[in-house]
Amino acid sequence: MADDHSDIFRKSQEFLQMLSKQKDFIQDLLKENERLRFEVANLRQKGSGGETDSLLRQELELLKKRLEQIENEKREIAAAYQRVEDENKDFAQRYIEIEEQNNNLANLYVASYQLHSTLDFQEVVHIVLEIIINLIGAEVFCIMLLDEKTNELGVIAQEGHEGSPTFTNIRIGEGILGNVAKTGEPYYINQAGTGYQVDFLHPIAAIPLKIKENVIGVISIYKLLVQKDAFTAVDYELFSLLAAHAATAIFSSKLYSQSERRLTTIQGFLDLLTAPTGKS
Amino acid sequence: MEGLRFLVVEDSPTMRQLISFSLKRFKGCKIVEAVDGVDALKKLQQEEVDMILTDINMPVMDGLKLVSLVRQNVKTRDLPIVIITTEGAQEDRDRGLALGANAYISKPIQSSHLLKVITDLFDKGPK
Repeated sequence: MADDHSDIFRKSQEFLQMLSKQKDFIQDLLKENERLRFEVANLRQKGSGGETDSLLRQELELLKKRLEQIENEKREIAAAYQRVEDENKDFAQRYIEIEEQNNNLANLYVASYQLHSTLDFQEVVHIVLEIIINLIGAEVFCIMLLDEKTNELGVIAQEGHEGSPTFTNIRIGEGILGNVAKTGEPYYINQAGTGYQVDFLHPIAAIPLKIKENVIGVISIYKLLVQKDAFTAVDYELFSLLAAHAATAIFSSKLYSQSERRLTTIQGFLDLLTAPTGKS
Repeated sequence: MEGLRFLVVEDSPTMRQLISFSLKRFKGCKIVEAVDGVDALKKLQQEEVDMILTDINMPVMDGLKLVSLVRQNVKTRDLPIVIITTEGAQEDRDRGLALGANAYISKPIQSSHLLKVITDLFDKGPK
């Protein structure tokens, strides 16, 4: 009997031990299971993170391309802007040139209008004086006409010479003035910085008064107005155009006054011839 | 700026015409011309003007005397005055401005410069 009891007790002990081992084993299994679940979850998470990276990389590539496009566009816009700016500068320069030309044309229009507004020789000469002062900006100058009989240039009007100057006649081909009359080519030197002193035979500019190729006189300039430092490119153009108009105006008015004198003389003769003799 | 009325005082017909020619760039402007200071004062009694442009060296009455008389007259004292002259020295300029001129232009004139001076004066308003 006692043996049976001890046997049962031993077996129950063994059974309990076995149960305890099973319990430990199950707990281990559960832990392992939990660990594996955790691993799986981690792996899943890692798997889904890779997709995000790839998407980000794609997005980044797109952004880089867009940035490159924008950079190119920026360069193109900058180049276009530069072109427009250059054109703008060009237009501004052309505007100034056109304004100068416009000014010149206005001067020329007014000058020719005035020059051809009268046939009175003295009035024409006075207008030429005015034009040289007001439009050219000369302070000291002379107007000379060529005497075809003596082939000499003689001063018919002057402005700015101090006192009561006497001007000698100049033979054609002699000196600067005579040479201008001979060749029909204008003569210029720049007044600025040369320490120039007014000298009748040495002007700073001499412009032939020409009708086609025939020189009828010379305008000689010795000094410019104080506010005008030197001749400009525009002055040279204006000079030659004005000289041509002045020449025709002077020449026509001279011819007109000569013909007026002749007409008066002829009229006097006619009156004398047709006058009643007093005999009845 | 439309319908401006200018009084141009200048003894030289060439300069009068040149100045008037430049002023015609102002749309609808009216130009009254006078040959000297006395003629200008007479024209000022007959006509309303917005600006006077005057030369200095003129017979009968010069431009400086004209400026001084215009400034003394209640009716005309606020009129803008531009002196246009061959006298280009600084002392001439100072004298003209001291008498009451608003601007001083030396001959030979450039149309664009003249128009700019006039526009600036009108933009600034009365003195």
